[in-house]
Amino acid sequence: MSKFPNIFIPAVGGAALVMGVAYGFASRDYGADKIEVLESRVQQAEASVSVASEKAAAEADRAANLEQKISEVRTAASERVASGANLTAPAPVSESGYGLGRPAHPEEIAAWDVDVLPDGRGLPEGSGDVYTGEEVFVEKCASCHGDFAEGVDNWPVLAGGFDTLSDEDPVKTVGSYWPHLSTAWDYIHRSMPFGEAGTLTADETYAIVAYLLYSNDMVDDDFELSHENFTEVEMHNAEGFVVDDRPDLEYSAWRAEPCMENCKQEVEITMRSVFLVETLDEGGTESVMNQASAKGLPSFTADGPAFIPTAEIKPAEEASATPDAQVEEEADHGAQLLAAGEKVFKKCKACHAVGEGAKNKSGPQLNGVMGRQIGAVEDFGYSSVFQTAAEEGRVWDEAAMIEFLAKPKEYMKGTKMGFGGLKKEADIQAVITYLQSFDG
Amino acid sequence: MDDLFKSKTSRRAFLQGSAAAVAGSMAGAAAASEPDPLITELQDWASYTGAGVDETPYGMPISFESHVVRRNVEWLTASPISSINFTPIHALEGTITPQGCAFERHHSGAIELRKEDYRLMINGLVETPLVFTYEDLERFPRENHVYFCECAANTGMEWAGAQLNGAQFTHGMIHNMEYTGVPLRTLLAEAGAEVSADRWVYVEGADASSNGRSIPMEKALDDVLVAFKANGEALRMEHGYPVRLVVPGWEGNMWVKWLRRIEVTDMAVESREETSKYTDVYEDGTARKWTWVMDAKSVITSPSPQMPIKHGKGPLVISGLAWSGHGRITRVDVSRDGGITWETARLGKQGDTKALTRFYLDIDWNGAPMLLQSRAIDETGYVQPTKDQLREQRGVNSVYHNNCIQTWYVNAEGVAENVEVS
Repeated sequence: MSKFPNIFIPAVGGAALVMGVAYGFASRDYGADKIEVLESRVQQAEASVSVASEKAAAEADRAANLEQKISEVRTAASERVASGANLTAPAPVSESGYGLGRPAHPEEIAAWDVDVLPDGRGLPEGSGDVYTGEEVFVEKCASCHGDFAEGVDNWPVLAGGFDTLSDEDPVKTVGSYWPHLSTAWDYIHRSMPFGEAGTLTADETYAIVAYLLYSNDMVDDDFELSHENFTEVEMHNAEGFVVDDRPDLEYSAWRAEPCMENCKQEVEITMRSVFLVETLDEGGTESVMNQASAKGLPSFTADGPAFIPTAEIKPAEEASATPDAQVEEEADHGAQLLAAGEKVFKKCKACHAVGEGAKNKSGPQLNGVMGRQIGAVEDFGYSSVFQTAAEEGRVWDEAAMIEFLAKPKEYMKGTKMGFGGLKKEADIQAVITYLQSFDG
Repeated sequence: MDDLFKSKTSRRAFLQGSAAAVAGSMAGAAAASEPDPLITELQDWASYTGAGVDETPYGMPISFESHVVRRNVEWLTASPISSINFTPIHALEGTITPQGCAFERHHSGAIELRKEDYRLMINGLVETPLVFTYEDLERFPRENHVYFCECAANTGMEWAGAQLNGAQFTHGMIHNMEYTGVPLRTLLAEAGAEVSADRWVYVEGADASSNGRSIPMEKALDDVLVAFKANGEALRMEHGYPVRLVVPGWEGNMWVKWLRRIEVTDMAVESREETSKYTDVYEDGTARKWTWVMDAKSVITSPSPQMPIKHGKGPLVISGLAWSGHGRITRVDVSRDGGITWETARLGKQGDTKALTRFYLDIDWNGAPMLLQSRAIDETGYVQPTKDQLREQRGVNSVYHNNCIQTWYVNAEGVAENVEVS
């Protein structure tokens, strides 16, 4: 389409040139003795003018036609754009199907379709009592959730919290908040214990759920839960939920044209950020309490801030590095490595304790692990690969630990440890330094 | 020739003059009276040769940008395996989030699942339960769409007031990518699914958490994608390689990663992720469930606490992001005085539906403190609410769906801080 104007402009220009030359000849004044000659030339010129003007007229017609066509194409294009039609289209759906994929085997469906619906559909046959549940729970769940389902560190609290839902920090437990018991059974059975998902039997799951009901004072200690009495359990917060009602309560009110000017008289700063989040060069963050107060900050009106506070000297500028600091820094390298190791160890803390009074969690306690025999912590249920290593008298020396921490599952094939390994060599060195600082 | 020369000298004089004028307010402003050695002296990079073509077969950002990374706030969660980190939205521009710095949220860690080991099952209320391989998925007609994915807990800390100082930490549980995938309706049709309005689609992942969620059939037939590419390349492990679900405009938790099963059911499964989590507790203790849509929201990414104004008075680009799970962003207003006066910002380009839209307000900063706010308006006419409006409706016990107007206090030195205002 863009080629049309290029063809058409030189054609019109050429016609104009012919007409200009013809006019120049006709207007010139010459002597009478030349009149005849000139007249004949004028006639010739007139003849060419007439040919030229015919040509010009023809060109003009063509040009007009082209212009007409261009405008038609443009109109059609803009109509297409306006109507939203273009050549993009949603992916087609074949009515007869594509014949892709294959039918699923019943065994495959049974293996994967394990969800349990609120009305109990999907529950396998089985049962478990509170007493058994406590045993299983202490062994497999308590390292994170606590012996009484009270939650360790930041891990979820599973019991209690009744009558806290209207508090500022509601305690949302299986007892206080969960509306369906099926949710607990389903989740525990398929996703717990953390790092060993999918290993609980149906009976173990019934037992753990029975223990959780007991921990929440919802059943007595002689209670046994099974697929037959499952739906009889009444959940405390079953009626505590409403389906999303934002459309009625919020959207209807918040779809009005907003205020643009003089929307408030005065604005004050009522709160400053609780935490200053420092971003670290090695990645991650360090949160520091913000000591600054909102006092001394200006209020605002439509004219701007009430005043401009004088510049504050930032702590970072005061404590700029001096040459002495650099020397100290080098001497401090060991301490830094230790500190870095402590940070890396946060990745291990969920399952391993270290330090005074450290106990076994889902992983063994690690006091004195460096130099110690592999698989030697008392009362810890090691996987067979560790037992074999212990029998062989293998020791956690630095080389072994480096290799293990880099690729746990390769170095100790069959380890129960869920952790995938430390990618950075520096992290491994740091965490080993950290572990070396704890004697057995 | 003369004219050209004159205009050059006068421009230089102008630059020197303006530099001198603001030097007082600018830390470390170079005096322009001395020639710049970066220009007058031969620099190494202009003399030595650089890196060869295969130096980084898959390119990483240059080392000078190593601070532009995802970051977590460790104390927010018990373990990094079931945790979240934040997109460095303060340092990004435009709207597309590079995969390598797009936030991660895992419930049992990110798993390595090979395409060859990938299986997707459709079962439940269907004519023929089917199993697809990755290669099967590649043979269905596919689509491309840009969508934002926002965690329902984005800005969740701020219910309790200004908490974390940085747009990355208050608003960084979001990313925006171009997805390539097969419409879920195509796969449902292939299996002969019952598609009446009272049917549900339960979706779950292959990881230990499985993260199952129930999606009403109406949405499943609308714009949900079974996606296998993002921004043109394979999904990253942390985003569900090789296949994840894309549920446009709805909370990120529903975008199931490592998608392994789709079951057509006659009721919501009411899984852990849609009862004990991702429900919103009111002030009186009752809770809202099935709050799937992410309402319109915006934030100024620069200036912001991690992006202070370093250049002093004069031209300043205020840049931010806006989005809505209900459709397109049609307008964004910006206030410099904490919501007394609003100016309509310029949209970088007309926003796509359920995708991030970039907005700008280009101002001549007079060096006085500002209370910067932005408010998004979407195609339904919904106006992003203030914190007070939200609290009046919902109280402060909630964790999720905080789409309040954010305020940054910018002081005369250009330092920005997360604050709350009256």
